[in-house]
Amino acid sequence: MIAVVLVLSALAATAVVLCLDPLRQIVLSGMYGLLLVILFVVLQAPDVALSMLVVTTVAYPLIVLAAIRRTRR
Amino acid sequence: MNRRAIRGLVALPAIGVLGVLLAWGTSGLAPFGHFHGFYGQLLNAITLPERHTTNTVTAIVFDYRGIDTMGEELILFAAVVGVVLLLRGAGKPTTRDVAQDEVRSDALRYFGVAGAALAVLVGLWLVAFGLVTPGGGFQGGVAIASGVVVLFLTAGFRSWRRVGKERHLDPLEGTGAAAFITLGLATLIAGAPFLHNFLGPGEAGTLFSGGSLSFLNWAVALEVAAANVVLYTEFLAQYVVSLVRDTGDE
Amino acid sequence: MHYLPYGIAAWIFCVGIYGAIVSRNLIHLAMCLAVTQSSTYILLLSIGYRKNATAPVFKGFENRTKGVDPVVQALTLTDIVVSVTVIALILALALDAHKDAGTVDPDELVGLRG
Repeated sequence: MIAVVLVLSALAATAVVLCLDPLRQIVLSGMYGLLLVILFVVLQAPDVALSMLVVTTVAYPLIVLAAIRRTRR
Repeated sequence: MNRRAIRGLVALPAIGVLGVLLAWGTSGLAPFGHFHGFYGQLLNAITLPERHTTNTVTAIVFDYRGIDTMGEELILFAAVVGVVLLLRGAGKPTTRDVAQDEVRSDALRYFGVAGAALAVLVGLWLVAFGLVTPGGGFQGGVAIASGVVVLFLTAGFRSWRRVGKERHLDPLEGTGAAAFITLGLATLIAGAPFLHNFLGPGEAGTLFSGGSLSFLNWAVALEVAAANVVLYTEFLAQYVVSLVRDTGDE
Repeated sequence: MHYLPYGIAAWIFCVGIYGAIVSRNLIHLAMCLAVTQSSTYILLLSIGYRKNATAPVFKGFENRTKGVDPVVQALTLTDIVVSVTVIALILALALDAHKDAGTVDPDELVGLRG
């Protein structure tokens, strides 16, 4: 179980890095963050999973979207 | 070849060497699942009898390793100061610029505001019960900030301007950071070590456990929530400036 | 399986650094740095894991239950919240560079203009 989630998160990380368009990269990084939350729960770390969940679903997309919108000219 | 291709070709062998070094370094660790760290086992055993907190991680963050938390909190403070220096004062939109409110549906507005209140309540619960179940100042602070930002998404820019005023948020953030350091200095002045746990442990499993741990918990929650709302304010102002410039009459 | 988590953490670290080196966009670079930082969380948590152990929250358990290492979890959870503000600082620098030079391509931002 842990091995499956680890390999999936490694694939998701590679996908995040290889995607060159920042808008699509936000969606991929959201999925990578959710995979990490599952990994942290499986590794018996509920506090870490809580903070990663809130950060990766709300904080990161908000600031990156605002930065993309401002620099898209 | 352009510069980027040369960079990629030079970087690949270097990163290969780094990967080999990392693999060789981590192969010297204990195999996965057989960690023999004595400090962690000791803390697992003595947190409940000594401090009467059932959440060991919160007790470590705010009591046994409180100085590390102070350092992390000051990193957060310094980074927010840097963001504010860079972005504030560079063409902020006023409510006169945003003449029309983007959110016109009343149902969205009412349900959205109710949802924001619910999210803030859940965040407060996470902070308050951080000593008993998984949670704590850091998680609850970010949850409160994300509940507040839902107001921008569902009620438009004018309501957000009424909530996210700089002259209210900056003192709140400073109070959170200063409260942590003041609590530590107060115990130092009283003759005990810095960030010593005063007040008795209390009863395990309730809100009144852990002594002065819960004060530090609330100080960190205040600071993290205010710092995140300041951050979102700066970035959302930039977003709205770009919207106004695109759809306005320029 | 004994050393797989460490290998995965090393892989994600190297992939993140490679993405930051060959990046064409400062915002893409900031996201690659975030990926690199997340590999350290995986490494820390895998070091502290113990087989057949529960989470270090002991409400309703008796005193000798085996738990995973709580110290690495304390380090990781403060780090996650602080990394948001640091990435926001990097993005603010990128916005500032865009305001001056009009582009977010790191290759076109070299050189000072006097």
